[in-house]
Amino acid sequence: MTIAADRPVSVPAERAGARADVRVQRHTGQKLRTAIQAVVIAVWCLLPFYWMVVTSFRDVGFTFDATPWPTHVTLDNYATAFSTALGNHLGRALLNSLLIGGVVTVIALLVGTSAAYALARLEFRGKSLIAGAILAASMFPGVALISPLFQLFTDIGWMGTYQALILPSISFVLPLTVYTLASFFREMPWDLEEAARIDGCTRVQAFRRIILPLAAPAVFTTAILAFISSWNEYLISSQLSSDATQPVTVAIASFAGSQPHQEPYTAVMAAGTIVTIPLVVLVLVFQRRIVAGLTAGGVKG
Amino acid sequence: MSAASEIPAAVPNPTGMEPKRRRGGLNAEHGRWSVYLIGPTIALLAIVIGYPVVSAVVQSFQLDQGLDKATGLFVQGGFAGLTNYVHWLGQRCGETTCPPGSLGAQFWVSMGNTFLFTVVTVALETAIGVWMAIIMNREFRGRALVRAAILVPWAIPTAVTAKLWYFIFDANGVLNHVLGQQILWTSGEWASRWAVIIADTWKTTPFMALLILAGLQLIPDEVYEAAKMDGASTMQRFWNITLPLVKPALMVAVLFRVLDALRMYDLPAILTGGGGGSGSATTTLSILVVDQIRQGFNSASALSTITFLVIFVVAFVFVRFLGANVVQTQAAQQKGELK
Repeated sequence: MTIAADRPVSVPAERAGARADVRVQRHTGQKLRTAIQAVVIAVWCLLPFYWMVVTSFRDVGFTFDATPWPTHVTLDNYATAFSTALGNHLGRALLNSLLIGGVVTVIALLVGTSAAYALARLEFRGKSLIAGAILAASMFPGVALISPLFQLFTDIGWMGTYQALILPSISFVLPLTVYTLASFFREMPWDLEEAARIDGCTRVQAFRRIILPLAAPAVFTTAILAFISSWNEYLISSQLSSDATQPVTVAIASFAGSQPHQEPYTAVMAAGTIVTIPLVVLVLVFQRRIVAGLTAGGVKG
Repeated sequence: MSAASEIPAAVPNPTGMEPKRRRGGLNAEHGRWSVYLIGPTIALLAIVIGYPVVSAVVQSFQLDQGLDKATGLFVQGGFAGLTNYVHWLGQRCGETTCPPGSLGAQFWVSMGNTFLFTVVTVALETAIGVWMAIIMNREFRGRALVRAAILVPWAIPTAVTAKLWYFIFDANGVLNHVLGQQILWTSGEWASRWAVIIADTWKTTPFMALLILAGLQLIPDEVYEAAKMDGASTMQRFWNITLPLVKPALMVAVLFRVLDALRMYDLPAILTGGGGGSGSATTTLSILVVDQIRQGFNSASALSTITFLVIFVVAFVFVRFLGANVVQTQAAQQKGELK
């Protein structure tokens, strides 16, 4: 750091006063600039999302209407999005994503919680190696799994089944779960467990009354992150799912319109809104904890 | 953390002795428990990652079944040696070089695209992310609102992001309308590349900003106060205090993003179909692997192994030479975040 340390400490009184004035002015100026930049950030993040929602309520005849606020408002696009007449199965895909995401999250939590506990609380040889390996696994390119799995699942007749979508998803959800939970566990006040024991609780009581309530938010946050990352998966599902088992990401990517070479934009925007709104609500409600979990796990959803 | 808190719940410590004196025994206890606790995770990861990776490597040394394009004869498969790797790296299709337009001929283009996307998006996301993080680290009314807004692009599934930007980038879409241009965003050679870069930057910068913000929050205010006292300007404070102190967090964020960008698939696959220009302007390595699967598993396995090795080497360089200490930085950030 190169901070000049040889400045005079005492400043003549009148100069100090002038400086204070300047400082107040600079302070308001800076506040204004901060506010403007904050607005720019919020608008940049929200504008495309806003455009999706506005378009989803716009009559299909006015798809390319560039009016910034809602015009020609209709709910038809939502009906089209759920319609199965053109071979789209958004409703079923939503259920599929819920099922796949739910099962993957439960498996990852059941298996991963104990591993996270061990990484956070125990000292053993090879710990940093295992922690590193689990982190590396979460960064693993899904595409490296796809061709052997494609062949394997073809051979054993699993193509298009739920298990063919659930198993590969575990490959990135489980490391994420372990890593995020371990970070949370490391910060828990484990001393309280000891204190409860000294106060006469049995080990089971101490765990149930002290540790479990404290750990619940961490497990819950991790579950949300795990579910979101499973919900957002596309690469593996796009190759291994069938029409009956495809998740929402695949359904949206392959959403068909009535004309073969004309993208049904308004219906796709409606479908996108349906898929996104639950996540956005979830994220906004649990904002603080999700940010803590994200920076702990450091893994993109 | 006190020494007593290091003892796992399942290991009783009735003597109340200093754990230090029985460290050997304690570690043995911990070791035994850790096997039970971590074992299932490792076993499951071995099945869902270990097995496919090993079989991909094995496959990559096998010949693909099918007609040999050069001789017209049916090839049964069998050991291929390095043929599949030579096919990609050396652009050999049988006895000849791969014809233009074939998947084999797209390898180096895809490699170039992958690195182009990685370098440009991560550079943009880092610059914008640092800026966003600095703003969000300041005190202002509505800060919680901005921090919530920033999570929206992150929460939208990439598949939806791609469709959303596909609409925005339409020739008649709102972006061309605002710009007053007729840019073919999803089919022009460089326009389609920029489309991918812009959409990815929008989607991922918030994540970057959050990681950097977590690092910024670790810098004590006193450091800035002292620098202000000494008359350091805003720019001086940024270059001499903020940047050096946030560097560990920044390096980890950049590492995560680089590894993530190198495996990019969803966005270009849906937004441009990997096309643009003469047909492969936005094809990434991952897209090429997926395209290849239906033309032969074994060549696809060789390509995915190459992709995996590229990512591994990049990660290694980051950790080894650029000092991205993931574990330490994460631990420090976690402490800062939850305080």
